Amino acid sequence: MKKSVYSICGMCTVRCPIRVESQDNKITWIEGNPYQLDGALCAKGTAGVAMMNDTERPQQPLIRVGARGAGRWRKASWDEAFDFVADKLKTIKKDFGPESVVLSSRGGPWQDMYKAFIHAYGSPNYTNHDCTCGRNTHHASLSINGVGRKGFAYDIKNAKHLVLFGRDMFSALRIAENNQTLDMLENGGRLTYVDVRQTMTGVKATRFFQVRPGTDYALALGVIHQVIKKGYYDKDFLDRYVTGFDKLCTFIEEYTPAWAAKECDVKEKDILAFVEEIGQDRPNVIFHPGWNLARYSDSFYASRAMHILNVLMGNIEMKGGLFIPKGAGDCGKKGIRSIDCPKPDIKRGDGVGWEYKHFDKGPGLAHLFFSHMISEDPYPIKAWIAMRHDPFSGLPDPERQKLAMDKCDLLVSIDTNYSEFGWYSDIILPESTYLERDTPIVQQKGLKPRLTLRRKAIEPVNDTKSSCEIFTALAQRLGLEETFPFKTMEELWAWQLEPTGYTMADFDKKGFIELSDSPVFFDREKLDGQFKTPSGKIEIISEKLTSNNLPSLKPFVAPDKAPEKGMFRLIYGKVAIHTQGHTTNNPLLSELMPTNTLWVNTKQAKKLGIVSGDLVEVSSKDRSYNATVAAHVTDHVHPEAVFTTHGFGKEIPKQTRSYLAGLSDQKLMIGKLDEWDKAGGGVNLCEAFVYVKKSIRNTKRRADL
Amino acid sequence: MKKYMIHLNTRRCIACHGCEVHCKANKELPVGPFLCEISCTPLKMVGGVPRMEITFSTCRHCEDPLCVPVCPTNAMVQREDGIVYIDQEKCIGCMACKKACPWEIPVQNPDNGKAVKCDMCMDRLDAGLKPACISKCTTHALKLVELQSL
Ligand code: SF4
Ligand code: SF4
Ligand code: SF4
Repeated sequence: MKKSVYSICGMCTVRCPIRVESQDNKITWIEGNPYQLDGALCAKGTAGVAMMNDTERPQQPLIRVGARGAGRWRKASWDEAFDFVADKLKTIKKDFGPESVVLSSRGGPWQDMYKAFIHAYGSPNYTNHDCTCGRNTHHASLSINGVGRKGFAYDIKNAKHLVLFGRDMFSALRIAENNQTLDMLENGGRLTYVDVRQTMTGVKATRFFQVRPGTDYALALGVIHQVIKKGYYDKDFLDRYVTGFDKLCTFIEEYTPAWAAKECDVKEKDILAFVEEIGQDRPNVIFHPGWNLARYSDSFYASRAMHILNVLMGNIEMKGGLFIPKGAGDCGKKGIRSIDCPKPDIKRGDGVGWEYKHFDKGPGLAHLFFSHMISEDPYPIKAWIAMRHDPFSGLPDPERQKLAMDKCDLLVSIDTNYSEFGWYSDIILPESTYLERDTPIVQQKGLKPRLTLRRKAIEPVNDTKSSCEIFTALAQRLGLEETFPFKTMEELWAWQLEPTGYTMADFDKKGFIELSDSPVFFDREKLDGQFKTPSGKIEIISEKLTSNNLPSLKPFVAPDKAPEKGMFRLIYGKVAIHTQGHTTNNPLLSELMPTNTLWVNTKQAKKLGIVSGDLVEVSSKDRSYNATVAAHVTDHVHPEAVFTTHGFGKEIPKQTRSYLAGLSDQKLMIGKLDEWDKAGGGVNLCEAFVYVKKSIRNTKRRADL
Repeated sequence: MKKYMIHLNTRRCIACHGCEVHCKANKELPVGPFLCEISCTPLKMVGGVPRMEITFSTCRHCEDPLCVPVCPTNAMVQREDGIVYIDQEKCIGCMACKKACPWEIPVQNPDNGKAVKCDMCMDRLDAGLKPACISKCTTHALKLVELQSL
């Protein structure tokens, strides 16, 4: 039988809208939703079929029989697996209290469900991957605008100038946003790109700054200085909505473009020319405040500087600028219901809310659990449930994480693939792929807000279950039916939609329900109340930071040089073909890129005697981890840095294509789990130095037969 | 008369290799053969920005294809509209077409030993759809050009 369904891609966390065709429970075609993406899809999206058919993913529940990480498993039925997890969770609750269980996920639109589960169980310890991603940007936005990073969205298509600091958008691939950016460029718009190396985004840019690693903040300060000096800011907007501009003016005085040029290894005249462009293009200049900005010890302040530049442009709530994403209420409609359960009033195990008071308490900060787990402060953590989250691949120094995880009586991995954490865990609950599972309905805020959901295109081909089914079954065994009362997805969807007046049939035509026919803009003259800061204004000086002994305007401190000769700063990034470690074993994608390489600057390579293609040995600072990969010698990476693509160097023998292929950046980051941005909360993923030398494996002779 | 051509707008293309995978998945090809290829030149400074040239290459569907006459079993066929395709029933996998083609376009499918190459997704064209690589190009950089006869 032929079938066509609208759904949502699950190959990366962008979650593009898709249409899927199948015949007799076999996927025959996946494309971008024609109404939203006009069919466009990336390589990863198409490779979803390969993931689904891959036999190198868990196909039924697996219970560990050997030592942790030894890779000895026995197959179990779902009943046995659910009993196994539920019985252990009951014992842990009885012996240590419910707060001794952590549940981590990647985050995303369905995290309410995971959060509700752990809250209903009695633990406040829900967390997600954002400390390695957007937390600095999120907290920067909160400190200035009073709303989180999702409190603004970007109308790139209609902008005249987009400025990206290290945000390699044409490798990260958000298809809709990429097309908007290309449309903007085709309409004569400009793209300025700042990075320590050239990327596909930089290739498309109209201006490129190759900066010294760790100096984004310095460049932004130099730009602010010149923007203010030239008067290229919106005085009316500042008068009406912003406090602290005078303090900014005093602070910025010493940070001239000439100073910035020196710090950043760029030319002063280029900064001046750039600011002149801004002068012409404002207010339709968008300074993207960063996405994965968990990089340097001052990334939070770099992000704040970019937010400040947007404020100076006065580009808020306008076409070609930033806008406040609208929801059902803003369209005069009732919103959907979602599974929810309030957070228990218990101290968090990561210190957020009591030890660190200025952070968003929502998902806390995952990396802060480990040191607390090791010292059992404020209480022991006895179980970690990772919901499609792989802390060992995402966070630095997995061996240090294992010291904390070893204190747990239960490690559960719920995932479609084997993850490094899953391989170390006690039980793997295999989740159906996104092509085989239904999800709750979610609202997508925007200028034209939508309701949408993921629908299964085919029935699961293996003995796997959806996360919704997994949490509902566990909730039943733990007596949490009050939070998870629904027996079927149809019951859940009907309950979610009830207040809205829509029915499931309303999704049939396009795969989503549009809550407004035309873009909803607020009146720019009446934005009071939109900025949820203590004063209700956009605050350049944040009281919350001050009261936590943190400066709002932090003097720039130049980044460290390599501690020794032969060491380089390790920089990581993405490629369009892979979603970090999630796809490195995908049959179609691993064929295109089976391993990573190490980018080495030409001059440095010469000193090391390396030419492109030579094998190089890369070692962590304590030499506890090292890997051998091919070098890519290029002028287009800063001499202080070496670069590699994240997601490789995995050690899961069951994944034959990616097993030991390439090097793992996070395993090179010894000691970096506990080195993080005290102001922004993010992990500093670009603050590790590594040894690089030519490998002895470049042998020219054959000594055996 | 040649009717179709694939054009790449290099200003939009981001070398994401999506087209290569869209093509392979549509044809259900195993690891090994690719029917189209994106290639990039090394980065070169142009106006202060390191840039590259991106090209998309696949079968040219030549007006006078060298691959067609050499095929001993007449498996290589040129359609009325100029599309050159391989009749999989007739192909014996001798790869004479590959040797004859100036660009060595036909490749062997390791699953069945037969030759495969771009057929302009003629099944999709005949159904009123666009070729897979074009339909799903991440940035809408690939376009189907219908040639007009003068
Ligand atoms: S899918 Fe489109 S953008 Fe991506 S490489 Fe192919 S032609 Fe270029
Ligand atoms: S296979 Fe080669 S010779 Fe034959 S049509 Fe294609 S490009 Fe021309
Ligand atoms: S037209 Fe079809 S067969 Fe030819 S390269 Fe594109 S997707 Fe592949």
